[in-house]
Amino acid sequence: MTDPGWIDLALTSARPQAMGALLRYFRDLDLAQEAFQEACLRALKTWPEKGPPRDPAAWLIFVGRNSGIDQVRKRAKTQPLPPEEMLSDLEDREADMADRLDGAHYRDDILRLLFVCCHPELPATQQIALALRIVSGLSVRQIARAFLVSEAAMEQRITRAKARIGAAGVAFETPDAMARAERLGRVAAMIYLVFNEGYSAGAPEKLDTPFCAEAIRLARLLLVLFPAEPEIMGLTALLLLQHARRKARFDGDGQIVLLEDQDRALWDRGMIDEALVLIDKALRHRAPGPFQIQAAIAALHARALTAAQTDWLEIDLLYQTLERLQPSPVVTLNRAVAVSKRAGPEAALALVEPLADTLSGYFYFHGLRGGLLKQLGRYAEARDAFGKAIALATSTAEAAHIRQHLDSLQREMAAGAVPSSAP
Amino acid sequence: MLYAVLCYDSESEVCAWSKEQDDKVMADLGAVNQRYAEAGKLGPVARLMPTTAAVTVRKGATDAIVMDGPFAETKEQFLGFFVVQAETLEEAITFARELSAANPAHGTYEIRPLQYFMPGVPIA
Repeated sequence: MTDPGWIDLALTSARPQAMGALLRYFRDLDLAQEAFQEACLRALKTWPEKGPPRDPAAWLIFVGRNSGIDQVRKRAKTQPLPPEEMLSDLEDREADMADRLDGAHYRDDILRLLFVCCHPELPATQQIALALRIVSGLSVRQIARAFLVSEAAMEQRITRAKARIGAAGVAFETPDAMARAERLGRVAAMIYLVFNEGYSAGAPEKLDTPFCAEAIRLARLLLVLFPAEPEIMGLTALLLLQHARRKARFDGDGQIVLLEDQDRALWDRGMIDEALVLIDKALRHRAPGPFQIQAAIAALHARALTAAQTDWLEIDLLYQTLERLQPSPVVTLNRAVAVSKRAGPEAALALVEPLADTLSGYFYFHGLRGGLLKQLGRYAEARDAFGKAIALATSTAEAAHIRQHLDSLQREMAAGAVPSSAP
Repeated sequence: MLYAVLCYDSESEVCAWSKEQDDKVMADLGAVNQRYAEAGKLGPVARLMPTTAAVTVRKGATDAIVMDGPFAETKEQFLGFFVVQAETLEEAITFARELSAANPAHGTYEIRPLQYFMPGVPIA
């Protein structure tokens, strides 16, 4: 097995466990990262000749730990380096030990590694960048490109985030059940942020970013570590369901295609099926949570063979449950879409209007409000709302989408439709 | 004689494959399958979903117990399998419960949804 592509894959998949263990040993992100890097270089040198080790993660932990210790000694200038041969002779025997040692720890190691990235003092963009750099091992260039900033700016952002974490200190003691549950919740939220960064409507420019696939990989990893957590099942299902629609979300010109207009044959049935199983699994626990409910809503869309078959009543009810569990104006805004389908634009607008204070800076608020006003024939107000939406658009695709609305609005007005409040 | 050929690999690595890599592997395996199917020698072929989609039905004191995740013990051996059509996971669990009740031994039934299924040709 000398294919370098295979080695990259093995390094990528071993990374969270190895980095997690090295962070526990060295209690320093930079040192852990350097040690892992060094271990990877050694792997690239020795694996093609000797063949891959039985347990790549254990190998990387052992070699990385030795290299890190060398670094610490070098810095302390107390002792010369041990000869290289001595280290590599020990590798095979010691790797087994590292494996046994880590079996008991690795769940908390990986959780800690993810958890340091979602420190509450870090803004969302830094959490995302850090997780992708540290846990997923994406290059600074890949991350910078997705955020549409220069490599230098991203490097600086990551360095600053690490400094902030270092200053705040990381909890290295093994967490108790309560602390573990809290960490898990925060990590799940961070993984969702990573996904959304890839999924966000800026997409045509970003479609080739690996963020969504990375987020799914991290969610699966979390589910392997915590196999009986219904919210992690919900998170994984939600990401799979959203990602399943990726090919249908934009047309050939990079224009947004709304859910109801998407070609459902382009949806990835394999991902949908896997998500539906995860939702079934989660439901058995009878412990609903926000991710499970959002996944259940996405599943209702996925189950509808045509847009007309969508069960809007059930979606409305699920959004109501979500509003109770996690009250937020954005959730209410989403519910308004279901209400507009179920009960018409007037009822939906009644839900939307009270959100004006909190959501006046939100693209989707004005976009939805404009659409509802247009359906009600209140064209002048609709035009104002669309104008505000365009001003708040964060991507060309979003702006173009609203412009289409404005064009059709102009046509309807020119056709002499009488503005009125009648539906 | 009929033989079952089982496939084992590191799941975390397979899950890190890109869509293109995955498609390539499936196409290459498919080419081998194709030859055997054309010779009338290949029965059903299945690829399982990741173990995160698995549940395991174990014999309890009175009734069977359902647990999340794959079968993790190593002291038992893989003895046989069933492929069942079920609308929901619950329906598949019911089937496994019935198997468990019918089986006097303490066998465990791991339920793994299929990601890919090719019925193959009648070979028995």
